[in-house]
Amino acid sequence: MSTTTRAIRHEIPRWVFVLAAGGALFVTLPLVAMIAQVNWSQFVQLITSESSVAALGLSLRTSAIATVLCVVFGVPMALVLARTDFPGQQILRALVLLPLVLPPVVGGIALLYTFGRQGLVGSSLEVLGVSIAFSTTAVVIAQTFVALPFLVLSLEGAIRSAGSRYEAVAATLGARPGTVLRRITLPLVLPGLISGMVLSFARALGEFGATLTFAGSLQGITRTLPLEIYLQREADPDAAVALSLVLVVVAVLVVGLAHRSRPQSGGAQ
Amino acid sequence: MRLPHGILAVLSLATVLGLTACGTSADTSEAADADQSLTVFAAASLQSTFTELGEQYEATHPGTTVTFSFAGSSDLATQLMAGAPADVFASADTLTMDRVAAEELIDGQPEPFATNTLTIGVPQGNPAGITSFEDLSDPGTRVVLCAPQVPCGAAAATAQEAAGITVNAVSEEASVTDTLGKIRSGEADAGLVYVTDVLAAGDSVEGIAFPEAMDALTTYPVAAVAGGNSEHAQGFIDLVTSPVGQQLLTDAGFGAP
Repeated sequence: MSTTTRAIRHEIPRWVFVLAAGGALFVTLPLVAMIAQVNWSQFVQLITSESSVAALGLSLRTSAIATVLCVVFGVPMALVLARTDFPGQQILRALVLLPLVLPPVVGGIALLYTFGRQGLVGSSLEVLGVSIAFSTTAVVIAQTFVALPFLVLSLEGAIRSAGSRYEAVAATLGARPGTVLRRITLPLVLPGLISGMVLSFARALGEFGATLTFAGSLQGITRTLPLEIYLQREADPDAAVALSLVLVVVAVLVVGLAHRSRPQSGGAQ
Repeated sequence: MRLPHGILAVLSLATVLGLTACGTSADTSEAADADQSLTVFAAASLQSTFTELGEQYEATHPGTTVTFSFAGSSDLATQLMAGAPADVFASADTLTMDRVAAEELIDGQPEPFATNTLTIGVPQGNPAGITSFEDLSDPGTRVVLCAPQVPCGAAAATAQEAAGITVNAVSEEASVTDTLGKIRSGEADAGLVYVTDVLAAGDSVEGIAFPEAMDALTTYPVAAVAGGNSEHAQGFIDLVTSPVGQQLLTDAGFGAP
């Protein structure tokens, strides 16, 4: 691994490094600027206020549930996309991945017309006495909507690059499809699944636009950390910066986790 | 694993390009002619009236270009404090104007030019049958308010205090636009918004006036921004406070200062 890396490095022209450094600076400088704005003397007080703790707790809870939902629906979706071939599959994939490129606020509007009180599904649910609008369920739905493509995309890539040789062998030895999936496919792509889960969790944690449009904003119920930051920005910029830093730290931890699981995924190939 | 990173790269690139594009267009419009351009930062609720006043100003001052930036007053204040170039600032509340004036970013004295009052906004057809302010405190009614941290939420709190009732909101939005959106879409049974918002929303939102709203009157001040084009700034402020400007504001639902 290290020898190949060294061999490649010789072939990179110098100006590439200059541009790469510029890009790295562009990404990190705003973070440095934000950290410079943190009011450290009140930092602990700001991030432990009742509303901050409620927002962080809600964000972690809803993102965890959204990640579980992404696994429940995303793993079968990735398997179908990676292992089957049918007409219109390309179109289906594009549609499934759409939330990835849609502005979240558009997703929020779409969800509103689906699960809102007068929405396609929501109006029927309302008759049954189930109301999704302004509930924590709405937050989880918004987060799952935007995070699902991340899991499907990472896992589909992992399944494709893992190949199907082992599965074919197991099948010829008489293993049933369920057994092959459980004993061969899923263990093989586990690193890809984990990094997909981490990415989904991170995306759910950062969800803002769809939640704002669709779920509303009430402390402890629907006001997640990004919404709390958005609100505090008006009234108490110090609190907004402090909470932003908390979100950055969580994001750094999550990205670090995702990167750690990547070399393993390379080993599985 | 490769694909998501590729797409992320494209997305971030698109964002960067988008930002640069915005920056460039702003630069060229400013650079066009520094003396003949007027940039007005105004509260979002002033969009329709000020756009029309801007056209009138351009018509009576040939060669002058009036550019607007409409957004939440707090957002505009933050931008001004960060050095955004503007000649006129019109805020939806005196508190925000005072904040900008405290940074010595205002020339002279801010001039009050309009008032706005809260009203109960309900979706078209009033499905929950709201008739009074008291109805908003019914436990079964889904009411959306602005968060107390923003001007419309502070006004809503004042109105509740004056009426002696407590509204248990299902959501506390960060801007009056978001509150209006929840009413318009029928997600909420009712909400407290400004009279001008209901008028601007057309048929999709109905307004129900309530007496306690008069206790939560908001005043809109306008002022010339320090270091800006003071001649045109004053000209535009004069137009806003002139009978013509006042008539347009009255038509949009604003009250006299």
